[in-house]
Amino acid sequence: MRMVVILVILAACLAALVFGGNYALRLATIFAMYATLALSWNIIGGLAGYPSFATAAFFGLGTYASAILQSSGMPMVFAWLLGGIIAAGFAALIGLAILHLKGHYFAIASLALVEVVRELVNINDRLTGGGMGLNLPITHGSVTQQAVYFLGAMATLALITLLSAAAVQRGKLGFALRCIQQNEDAAVMLGVNARLYKAAAFTLSAVFPGIAGGIYASWVHYIDPSDVFDILLSVKPLVMVLVGGLGTLFGPVVGAAVFLGLEEAVWRSFLTVHAAVLGALIVALILFLPNGLMSIARRLPKAGQA
Amino acid sequence: MIYLQVLANGVVLGGLYAAIAVGFSLVWGVLNVINLLHGSFIILGAYVAFFAYSLLGVHPFLSAPIAGLILFAIGYSLQGTVINRVIHAPVLMTLTLTFGLDLLLNNAMLLAFKADYRKVVLDPPLGSIFVGPIVLPLDRVAVTALALLMTYGLYRLLRDSKLGRAIIAIRMDREAAALMGVNVLRMQAMTFAIGAFMAGAAGSLLSIIYPISPLNSITFLGKAFVICVIGGLGSVGGAIVGGVALGLIESLTALWFGPEYAVPISFALLVAFLAIRPTGLLGRRGYE
Repeated sequence: MRMVVILVILAACLAALVFGGNYALRLATIFAMYATLALSWNIIGGLAGYPSFATAAFFGLGTYASAILQSSGMPMVFAWLLGGIIAAGFAALIGLAILHLKGHYFAIASLALVEVVRELVNINDRLTGGGMGLNLPITHGSVTQQAVYFLGAMATLALITLLSAAAVQRGKLGFALRCIQQNEDAAVMLGVNARLYKAAAFTLSAVFPGIAGGIYASWVHYIDPSDVFDILLSVKPLVMVLVGGLGTLFGPVVGAAVFLGLEEAVWRSFLTVHAAVLGALIVALILFLPNGLMSIARRLPKAGQA
Repeated sequence: MIYLQVLANGVVLGGLYAAIAVGFSLVWGVLNVINLLHGSFIILGAYVAFFAYSLLGVHPFLSAPIAGLILFAIGYSLQGTVINRVIHAPVLMTLTLTFGLDLLLNNAMLLAFKADYRKVVLDPPLGSIFVGPIVLPLDRVAVTALALLMTYGLYRLLRDSKLGRAIIAIRMDREAAALMGVNVLRMQAMTFAIGAFMAGAAGSLLSIIYPISPLNSITFLGKAFVICVIGGLGSVGGAIVGGVALGLIESLTALWFGPEYAVPISFALLVAFLAIRPTGLLGRRGYE
């Protein structure tokens, strides 16, 4: 069932890319970015059960780090990677300080990170351009060539994120994180180094969004704090994972596709109320489908057997 | 000498900040729900005051209880119909739910009131008084006095009324309270409604100090976070301590580094408090 869904999505994407022109390329790039963010959030939020709202901080940090590195002469791809490493280092340091918090307290602390980093970027306007934003070097090539190039970069990143997520899920780290999610005290009693594993999960949930931020910045050529530190960038991945199914491997990818489809439809038809429609979607999701779409997929074969 | 003035500014803001945060703290403490709607509730209260003054000429100090009652009704129905259904769900669910509800409410306000910043301009203005070398703007002093009065009213309500005792009982032990005959679902709705009342009334008061727009609801939500965490969650005393602390932090950072540092420093302090002293300055669980 899952493989069918994935294959259908992949086939549809390929067909759209071949026939759909620049609009389809743009949508596909956003899809790859959303999938990267959702897969990353799932490691800390889904597997470990820590409700992180810090994704926007990592993403924004990645955009600004790579933009500043590029303006000081670093080649683009290296700047992206270094942006991811900077976001990961930030997450590792902060994680050690706030990962002992539980529930609401952790959520609030991670939310506050976004505000702090955004305001710091706003204030240091000599380095970051402040509220004026930053322009990035123009890349060469035709519009379509560029679109294909950035889609390739973002899709590669999404694939690497998916493979990393799979490795985490199957490996010792995923097992430890699931133990922590179910009962952290018991896990610690049994010798799980919760501190280390949580920090590792938080760091992993930062590195890919950081790189995605770098690619995004080069792709759109212009960044400003209110855009790349938008709190919606923290909430959307979480909603995608809820749509797809918490803690599952492919759930975030499916969720990203469903969310993007809805978002595009809503943007097109209800421009002035798109936030309200997104809000209504979230409310309906929490009330009626708290275990995500994948839970329906899992229920189906059982109904068939009975 | 400048420090006396800065101190006065901080304390004068502090009372209002306490009223902003106390309802948020009550909902968080009793229901274990972080109400991301709180900022929009405050702004909606401020709009009630704005329209009451500009259309009907009703002074914001008089429209504050009306704004509170309107928000009370909204809060009661929201908790009763939607939030009560997921109140036992994990943090992620309740937090995301109130985020979604806030998107709805905030978008509705944007459509109804537009994004323009507006402010109640009192005619005639209240002016200022001089106490020795310190200047005190009278509107701020009056707002803070009323806000503190309101906060004290909430404290007495929780302390002395049957309703208040029932809410505290739920805070201490939901199951035991139900066994003692407390109608838990109804009382949860009342708690959320009281939190919304405080937000609406505080919003009404602050409309004569701050320019308001649906866009800056997040500012007030952020302040409520900082106040609750720094003062200590879930008590009226904590909200007052946290409110005055935030007032002082904002005045002092403005003096030392410039006003643009007020937000990052107060949020950095929030993270530091969470990391080092999550019980806040007062350091005890309260309302009992």
